[in-house]
Amino acid sequence: MSLALLLSLTLATDMASLPAGEVRPLYLTKDSPLTPVAPFMLDKTPVTNRQFAAFVAAHPQWQPGRPPALLTEPAYLQHWPGLTPAEEQYHQPVTFVSWFAADAYCRAQGKRLPTVAEWEYAAQASQTAALGASEPGFTRRILDWYARPATAHLHNVGRSPANYWGVQDLHGLVWEWTRDFNSALVTGESRGDSSLDQGLFCGSAAAGSADPSDYAAFMRYGFRSSLKATYALGNLGFRCAKEINNETPHLVADAVQP
Amino acid sequence: MKPRKLVAAISLALAFSAQASQLPVEEAMLTSPPVVPPPITRDHAAKVVVKMETVEKVMEIADGVEYMFWTFGGSVPGQFLRVREGDEVEFHLSNHPSSKMPHNIDLHAVTGPGGGAASSFTAPGHTSVFNFKALNPGLYVYHCATAPVGMHVANGMYGLILVEPKEGLPPVDREYYVMQGDFYTKGEYGEQGLQSFDMDKAIREQPDYVVFNGAVGALNGDKALTANVGETVRLYVGNGGPNLVSSFHVIGEIFDKVNVEGGTAINENVQTTLVPAGGAAMAEFKLDVPGNFIMVDHSIFRAFNKGALGMMQVEGPEDKIVYSGKVAENVYLPEGSAVQVMPNGHPKVVAKTKEERLLYGKRAYEANCQACHQNEGQGIPGAFPPLAASDFLNADHTRATDVVLHGLKGPIKVNGQAYDSIMPAMRLSDEDTANVLTYVLNSWGNDGGDVTPEQVAERREKGKTIIMEGSAH
Repeated sequence: MSLALLLSLTLATDMASLPAGEVRPLYLTKDSPLTPVAPFMLDKTPVTNRQFAAFVAAHPQWQPGRPPALLTEPAYLQHWPGLTPAEEQYHQPVTFVSWFAADAYCRAQGKRLPTVAEWEYAAQASQTAALGASEPGFTRRILDWYARPATAHLHNVGRSPANYWGVQDLHGLVWEWTRDFNSALVTGESRGDSSLDQGLFCGSAAAGSADPSDYAAFMRYGFRSSLKATYALGNLGFRCAKEINNETPHLVADAVQP
Repeated sequence: MKPRKLVAAISLALAFSAQASQLPVEEAMLTSPPVVPPPITRDHAAKVVVKMETVEKVMEIADGVEYMFWTFGGSVPGQFLRVREGDEVEFHLSNHPSSKMPHNIDLHAVTGPGGGAASSFTAPGHTSVFNFKALNPGLYVYHCATAPVGMHVANGMYGLILVEPKEGLPPVDREYYVMQGDFYTKGEYGEQGLQSFDMDKAIREQPDYVVFNGAVGALNGDKALTANVGETVRLYVGNGGPNLVSSFHVIGEIFDKVNVEGGTAINENVQTTLVPAGGAAMAEFKLDVPGNFIMVDHSIFRAFNKGALGMMQVEGPEDKIVYSGKVAENVYLPEGSAVQVMPNGHPKVVAKTKEERLLYGKRAYEANCQACHQNEGQGIPGAFPPLAASDFLNADHTRATDVVLHGLKGPIKVNGQAYDSIMPAMRLSDEDTANVLTYVLNSWGNDGGDVTPEQVAERREKGKTIIMEGSAH
């Protein structure tokens, strides 16, 4: 694949527009104020290995083996056979990327990583409603993914049905980096975090949470709170977000077709 | 070594330990259930390095039923860890790269916030290290404490750590590791295929499976625990929960000694010991007789309908004094139930003539006797003696009356043929007994005769069950 083609791929994206909304932080009680979310745009699918390869080609400092330990641990892109992914990995979500690598990728596209609030706001939509939590089976389906074995082989992106906002793969494919993943100030001792001095930190024990039955959310917060920005994990990918800018014409998807 | 390198080496050595320890270092031996590491022979403390791994893997919870277990060391319960009171433990918790979840460990043997949970919080593909000193002897549960805690525990993330007292535990011939847990699946008990965790059932505390060592039948058949007569056995019993309290019982054994709740207090001669969720107990007993000894949670529907049942197969010589096996099987008839009460208050018909007595006797025979002695009184060879032309019957009418009223057992000879079975006492009224005896005596080539209700009433008072010489029953 030519560098030019790779570069062209990175320019073309497919994003969904989400209106302003609000999301209920996990750690709050039912009468706590909700976190407002401004209108934003979000990639419809997670970033793929091929898209990330184009970024690496344009920014050699992010080639496998190049970034310093300060920015990523040794597992960075360890699943690639060389400096580029294998062909069967092209449309799979990129994993083994640190927060710094994901952040650099999004900046290179003129975007940024989504905040936890934005990500959760997009992810609380089912296929038919902006708020899927009330639908029977919504949380159940998410939990079913957690209960399935972690396989070495990931599906290609874009296989799952789009949600209410037109966003795919938020659940059931890989975990995803968020810009402020480490704002969940848990101690790792999830059961003690609900004490008074820590009542504002998410991931606390169910005693301080809005919806103890939403195990799926607990698992996401628990997962995020176990991360450090240098970590590169086999089941952790990312997607990018962007402020809504009406002067930017909406770009059409490129040849990223299965 | 250059000074700078030396400093680096020393600081590295101190990195894993809050204080420089002069203790000898040894690597802990971890075992998968039901195996227990051997007793500690050291008479001094050591620095024990423990390397444990969390793995998420699919295993069978019952025949044809798979479940995504989250495990310590690849088994449910997790590996058994054995240290000595006063040991300093350097604990390495590694989370396998294939894990979807972060994990940590809370060891109830740890004195310190979270039992190690905060210090061991580990993302997939990473390792955390923390140190603790085993201050208190006892048998302790360890489990995962990552949010949502209930789910991590419900998926099988628990095990036992034994902190031996400084003087050690009394020696026994065999030690085993048994741990109960409750599981909540989307499908009902036994529903085939890969079953996922059912959060609603877990919150309602209504498990589909309650099992020992992570699966239905994990301790049955060829996986049963084994021992020999004369040996002493110590069971390290744990309960991971997440919800249920176990009433641990071994059918046909009495625990000679129980370390209550895994602590220091010893209770003796215990039938059933409570094992709290997140708690343990040590149960010791001596095996006096051979056989299959069934371990159950005596909340008994869990044992027979949800899987909380394991076995210990004990081999060796029998001791008939301690346990004889079955030595007798008798017919049981409660006192005073001989008289049939007619329903709906109709007066009982009384025979006024011999013809009537024979007619009513025939009816009574057909209703009560014919099934065994057959329609012509021919009996069934080897099982039921004949009443037709029967020397045994004709020889003694009083004895015949007693047989009908009170029953007979043991070997008898009828017309030269040996029979050895039981004639139960018949629940007939005096009238019916007289009628049926008279009918039989006057049928099928017998010698004739009469039996009256008055005679029957007398024998009901004076007679008793006839037990023949050499009765084995």
